[in-house]
Order: sequence, then structure tokens, then C-alpha cells
Amino acid sequence: MDTLLQTLKDGLTIGSLYALIALGYTMVYGILKFINFAHSDIVVLGAWLSLVIATAIVKALGLESGQTAPWWVGPFVLACAMLACGIIGFTIERLAYRPLRNAPKLNVLITAIGVSLFLQNTGQLQFMFGTRPQPIPTLLSDKVLFAIGNMQVRLLDLVVIGTALVLMIALEWLVFHTKLGRAMRAVSFDVRTAGLMGINVDRVISITFVIGSSLAAAGGFLWAVSFTSIKQPADTSWVLLGLKAFVAAVVGGIGNVRGAMFGGLAIGLLEVFGQQYINPALKDVYVFAALILVLLVKPGGILGKATVEKV
Amino acid sequence: MHARANVTSVLSFSRSALLAAGVALAVLSGCDRGSTPSTGTTGSTGAAGDIVIGHYGSLTGAEATFGLSTDNGIRLAVEEINAAGGVNMGGKSHKIVLKSEDTEGKPEKAGTVVTKLITADKVAAVIGEVASSVTLAGAPVAQQFGVPMITPSSTNPQCTAVGDMIFRVCFIDPFQGYACAKFAASDLKVKQAAILFDQASAYSVGLKDEFEKNFTKLGGQIVAVEAYTKGESNFNPLLTKIRETGAELLFIPGYYTDVANIALQARKLGMTMPLLGGDGWDSSDLAKNGGAAIEGSFYSNHYASDQPTPEIQSFVRKYKEKFGGETPDGLAALGYDAARVLFDAMQRAGTTDGAKLRDAIASTKDFKGVTGTISINEKRDAVKPAVIVEMKGGKPVFRARVEP
Repeated sequence: MDTLLQTLKDGLTIGSLYALIALGYTMVYGILKFINFAHSDIVVLGAWLSLVIATAIVKALGLESGQTAPWWVGPFVLACAMLACGIIGFTIERLAYRPLRNAPKLNVLITAIGVSLFLQNTGQLQFMFGTRPQPIPTLLSDKVLFAIGNMQVRLLDLVVIGTALVLMIALEWLVFHTKLGRAMRAVSFDVRTAGLMGINVDRVISITFVIGSSLAAAGGFLWAVSFTSIKQPADTSWVLLGLKAFVAAVVGGIGNVRGAMFGGLAIGLLEVFGQQYINPALKDVYVFAALILVLLVKPGGILGKATVEKV
Repeated sequence: MHARANVTSVLSFSRSALLAAGVALAVLSGCDRGSTPSTGTTGSTGAAGDIVIGHYGSLTGAEATFGLSTDNGIRLAVEEINAAGGVNMGGKSHKIVLKSEDTEGKPEKAGTVVTKLITADKVAAVIGEVASSVTLAGAPVAQQFGVPMITPSSTNPQCTAVGDMIFRVCFIDPFQGYACAKFAASDLKVKQAAILFDQASAYSVGLKDEFEKNFTKLGGQIVAVEAYTKGESNFNPLLTKIRETGAELLFIPGYYTDVANIALQARKLGMTMPLLGGDGWDSSDLAKNGGAAIEGSFYSNHYASDQPTPEIQSFVRKYKEKFGGETPDGLAALGYDAARVLFDAMQRAGTTDGAKLRDAIASTKDFKGVTGTISINEKRDAVKPAVIVEMKGGKPVFRARVEP
């Protein structure tokens, strides 16, 4: 019983992180119909910026390593990372993708890979983040809130899942209950018609990138505080993280915001339960097997609509 | 219209100028690399009579301190021999030039960089790598080109079995596994142990097998064996399984970055048992990343910097002087020893010819190294005692010595 609850908690934590990252993939795909391969590098950037900012604050406050920072540091670092990544996302769209708005999709895709490599390798420079994994300072006290048998629920677990949920609910509200959200949905429906109806398409696309990138930064921040040690920017484990979030977006139905949230949680739970109850060595296999299965049975994704490719 | 055309032409001009500048830069940097004096074109001794040796190691990545420490150790040895006039071969002195290449800790990079060291830099001998999986990928290249290679610290038995050109100056995993098992059973008096190992690493798999075998032989019981893959972030599911078995000790034959993460997550799950591991833990980053979670854990190593022998203390002093007060870890000491064994063999061989240098390294006997007395056996391995160190106050402290 403890194990079941523990696994459920772990699955929800990982799943909500996948969901946050998947949202960025799905939003960009929904509007521009292209896969932003640089998205996982924004996650990395978010994680590392969190580390750099948190370390600077902890140093300024004169805290010893291992000491917990005051409560406001966490939210402040999160806000800074989200803001910075939002600006970087905006810049990337403006400089790398917008000039290719009318170019074939393949060109944009290749550009995205280029941006991804650029971000990875810039991040590895010594004056940026360097080439070694580093630990993030303790931002949250590791208080055990309550325990069921051997399963302890810690403040950190609730904060991670809670932050992810709040951000997802905020996005849901933005997309379905605001004028901007309506514009976004209109653009994703048909870019040209939306433009003719007086929607500023460029602006909507910019905002989409800003939102997607700040969610990725939040994912990076939460990843950093959950697992403490942050891998160097070009580490392959980041690519795998991005890939799994992308799988989550596809499984949920790419282009569909709710689908990304659902897909993220589903993939997270699947991975952790498979690891716990079947064979831990095959954790990546469950994820990609699920992808193949979904693509075979329901190619549009679980919550996606079947679409006919226009030729 | 006219103005617009102008703008585009300026744009395209600037673009092509940029491109040209880029090409020029690439060519220049290529030239620069080609014109360094050490790259002789007529064999391993360059125009100035210098001998080039190569080091390939993980200078970046999750095992970065392995490569950097080893590189520092080799550099110290090179500096010392050059200060003494260089390697004396047949009455003539030759300075040593060191070329280092980064593997990022990835086996797939090893073949490329070793080939580059041998074919482009024309090295007389190669030193590297630390991680056994990477050494296993680099060794066949050195063997194929007939260039002697010494791995300072790869402990997997297979590494030197690649061919007669491959040597090592450290002990091997069957002994290290025995040392860990012996320490667990007779010093810590543990009856039930669990293992968490990296299934993608030759080092980790080999050490796991040896620990399992020896610990069972010594009357202990292995209650759980779980596998992860290098770079994993979430160890909770694996640790939850191990927690249920009630193991009194967790053996983690992995590398320090993963070990620090495992330790942090294990402590969060309320697991308080001591952790035990091999020389893959040996890094200043272990305590930096693991913090309090790693305190009171043990690992087997090639030497402990606080042992009071004169060889060790003089090495520690020289190393600290050169590298800003940093205490050398076991990998730095082995890098230093590997380079000195190589120089000793060069002087005895009187040449850098691959086959003759190989024979000279193979006949190394009772060489006084920092990490103990080195004699190369018929399997091209060194037989040496191991030490067990304990993490205390963020530093490895000598705890026990296990004889082979």
C-alpha cells in the first residue's frame, strides 16, 4: 500500500513536469504546425538560470551550503527564470523562426535543430553554465507534512505538483476564457483567415512563444528543485526529457492544450509504475511503446481529433 | 524600389562577408592546430626532438573531475621531467609535450579522439581513460596502430585484455569487489546488502558481479539488485524497492554524479543505512553535490591523501602548489603514476618505437609510485593494495587498507 501511494506520488510529480513541458510543444505546433526542437533547451535554460539566480541570492544572504533559503527565494527565482526564458523565447521566434514564416516547414524544422544546438553549446561555455553538473541550493525546507506508513509526503512534493497545477489552470483559463485565448485558437484554426478577421497574427505567435517558454522555464525550475543536481546543458538526459515531453504531447493529441496535460500525467504515471511493478531497466521502453500504440490505434492522440491531411 | 534593392544587396553583402569571415576563421584555426611545433610529420619525435604523448579523458560532462584530475596529475609529471631536462634516451634528452583530448565521458567519442592523437598528433604513447567503458572503446584503436596505451584507473579486467599494447597502473575489479565485500562483512559486520548499479557501464556491471560473489562467499546475503542507466534523475522507484528489503548496506558501484543523486534521494526516503562504493566515487564533486547525504559513507580507492607516507605527502604538497591548493584525488595520483611509469619505460627502452616501448612497460618492476609499488604482471595489470576511505566533513578520510 505504501509502495502504491509512493509510486503514485512519484508518477504525479514527474507527470506534471512532463505536462508543463509538453504544453510548449503543443502550443507551438497548434499554431505554427511545426515542432520546436529548441523547446527542451529552454527547459535546460530555465533550470540553469534558476540555479544561477538562486546561488547568487543565497550568496548575497550569506547562507551556508545546506541551509534552507527564506521562503520568498523560491517564488522569486521561479518568476525570474520564467521572465528571462519568456524573453529568450520571444527573441528566438523573432530572429530564427519569423523570417521563415513562409518558407517550407522543413526549413523551419532544421532551423529549430540549429537553435537547439546553439543553446546547448552556448550553455556549455565556461562563462555561461560550464560543463559539469551542479547542485542547486536548498530553496524549500524538506519538512515531512504527513506520512502514510513508509510513504512520506513532503512540502517539496506538494509545491512541485501544486505549482504545475496552478500554471496549467492559468493557461487553461487564458486559452478558453480570454480574448487573447480566442485569438490564439483562431490562429491555430486558420492563420490566414484569422489575419483577415483583424487578428494580429505575429503578435499572437510571439505571445504563444513567450507563454510556452515560460512554462518550460517553470518545468526546468521544478525539475531542478526536485532532483537538486542539474546536468550540464548538452547532457543527453535533457534530450530524453524533451523527447518524453514531446511524446506526452503526441499521446495526448498534439495541438491540444488539455491533451498535453493529460498526456504528461499519463506518461509520467506509466513510466514510474512500469519501473516499480514491471522492470525498472525498461522505463524508456514503456513510454515509447505507448507512443507506438497510440499512433497505431488513434494517430491523432487520445484527446486529439482525427484530421485529414490536405494535399 | 531602388532603395529596397540597395538594402537587400547590403544585406546579402554583409551575409557573404560574415560567411567569408567564418571560413577564414575556420581555416586559421585549422592552420594554428597544424603549425604547433609538437605535431611532427616524421614520427613521434618532432623536429625539435620533443616526444609527444597523448591523454584522452572526460574533461567535460558528468565525470568531468575524472578527466581533469588525471590531466592535472599527468601535467605535474610532465612538468617535473621537463624541469629535470626531459626523458633521457640513449644519451640524448627529449622534452615531453602533452596533448589532451576530451571524450565527454562517452565511449563513442573515444575511438575518434584516440585516432586523432595517433594519426594527427603522432603521439608515442597514450594515457587514458578513467571510465572502463570509454577505455574499452579507445584501446582497440591504440592496439591497431601499435601505440602503447596505459590506462591510469580503468579497473574492469577486460580493458587490458584488448591486446598486448594496453597496460594499467591500478588494481582490477575482482580485487576491488573483494575489498569492498571484505570491508562490509568484517569491518562493518553487515549481513544483508542491496546493490544499485549502472547497467550501461562495464565498470559498474563488473564491480557488481565481483561484490555479489565475494560478499556471498563471506557469508553475507544480497537482498536486492536494481539497475539504473547513467544520467537517470529519478531514483525513487528503485530506492523504494530496496527500502522494502530492509538492507543494512547499499552498495553503489557507480560514478560520483549519479551516486550523489542516489544518496540525496535515499536519505529523503528515510533510508539511513551506510552507502558503499568503488573508486568511481572519487571526486571533489561527490561531497559538493551530495552534501550531508553522503556523510559516513565508504568507498574503496587507490590511495588516501591523508596517509602519512613520504611519497604521498610530497605528491600532495607539489600538486597543491601547482593547482591552487586543491587536494589531489586518487585519479590525479594514478595519472601522475601512469605518466611516470611511461617515462621510466621510455628511458629503459631508449626509443619510442611502439614494440620496444611496449616491452619496456611490460617489464616495469617495483616502481615506487604514489599509489603504491607498481609491478606489471603477465596480464599487463598492476597488483596493489586498496584503501577504504570514509566521507567525513566532506572529505575522504583513510579508514582501512585491504591487501591483495
